[in-house]
Amino acid sequence: MADTIVNATEDVYPPAEEVHLKHHFATPAQQMDADTLGMWTFLITEVLFFGGMFASYAVYRNLYFPAFASTSKFMNVPLGATNTAVLICSSLTMAMAVRSAQLSQRKALIRFLLLTMFFGAIFLGIKGYEYHEKWVEHLVPGFGFHYEEVQFERNAQILFFLYFAMTGMHAIHMIVGFGLLTYLVVKARKNTFTEHYFAPVEMIGLYWHFVDIVWIFLFPMLYLIGGTR
Amino acid sequence: MTTAAAHHTPVPKVSTLVAVFLTLIVFTVITTLISYIDLGEWNIVVALLIAVTKACFVAWIFMGVRYTTSLTKLFVVAGLVWLSILITLTYSDYTSRNWIYQPKPWSHTNAPYFDNKAK
Repeated sequence: MADTIVNATEDVYPPAEEVHLKHHFATPAQQMDADTLGMWTFLITEVLFFGGMFASYAVYRNLYFPAFASTSKFMNVPLGATNTAVLICSSLTMAMAVRSAQLSQRKALIRFLLLTMFFGAIFLGIKGYEYHEKWVEHLVPGFGFHYEEVQFERNAQILFFLYFAMTGMHAIHMIVGFGLLTYLVVKARKNTFTEHYFAPVEMIGLYWHFVDIVWIFLFPMLYLIGGTR
Repeated sequence: MTTAAAHHTPVPKVSTLVAVFLTLIVFTVITTLISYIDLGEWNIVVALLIAVTKACFVAWIFMGVRYTTSLTKLFVVAGLVWLSILITLTYSDYTSRNWIYQPKPWSHTNAPYFDNKAK
């Protein structure tokens, strides 16, 4: 840990324009540590943002468990599992993109960023298909909501409301990530990122992995409540 | 292990990243299959344990928490502590609401004074 704080006098500096060192930082290492800390602070606010929805899920699941469990048969588990795998693939390509940036491998960086976007697009496509399924089956909360088990109609609607709120919020985060990745591709094509400066790639990578973690929790909570019921 | 020059940031091995990727895929398959076995209350426990394990792998390796400063690690843990406060206190409120006797709100139907008057 101690070796991450680098003595400025021992550093051999590459050209200043390549390092993108802001004037208020002493060393590139210090700038990188500050970037990382700031990004994690933002991610913690995101954890608490999604945490509010997870808490309401926990409360209603406790109150209306039979109704919640009955919704599992309307969830497309194979597609949900596929989407989990797709998102894990995109996380791997994102991690590989960060690695390529760290090694100044520009072509590999662009390739991995585009692959990450490709997997992200597949995820959103599958998600859109699932939303369409819910629409056709009248499982979208509101006046058109129709549930075959009448005794659960009111309480199951809460689960579907949470389903659309949580997966919708997650999908919005994916779309934002899409924009960020596009920005990275444009910058990478201009040869901005080298082994001396890759903080944007790493920070947007953190964001992308965070969105992946949210889905890792959403999948078992929304799709796998009552598998055998 | 090589490092990226200016920041002395360690560069992860491809084999490590691929190993984490495969672990995550295996856990996804396990959690899906296990949901079809009825374990009663343990279904959610197992599902959450697997999810937490997967999240730890992503955070520790993919997000590189292992290479960050102690301060960043402290921030990450603090975030999880706040999340646990959010969920625990909300949950304990809803669970314990009916434990205390609460008088019903006033109304014509349950007020004996008006019942007597009616007679």
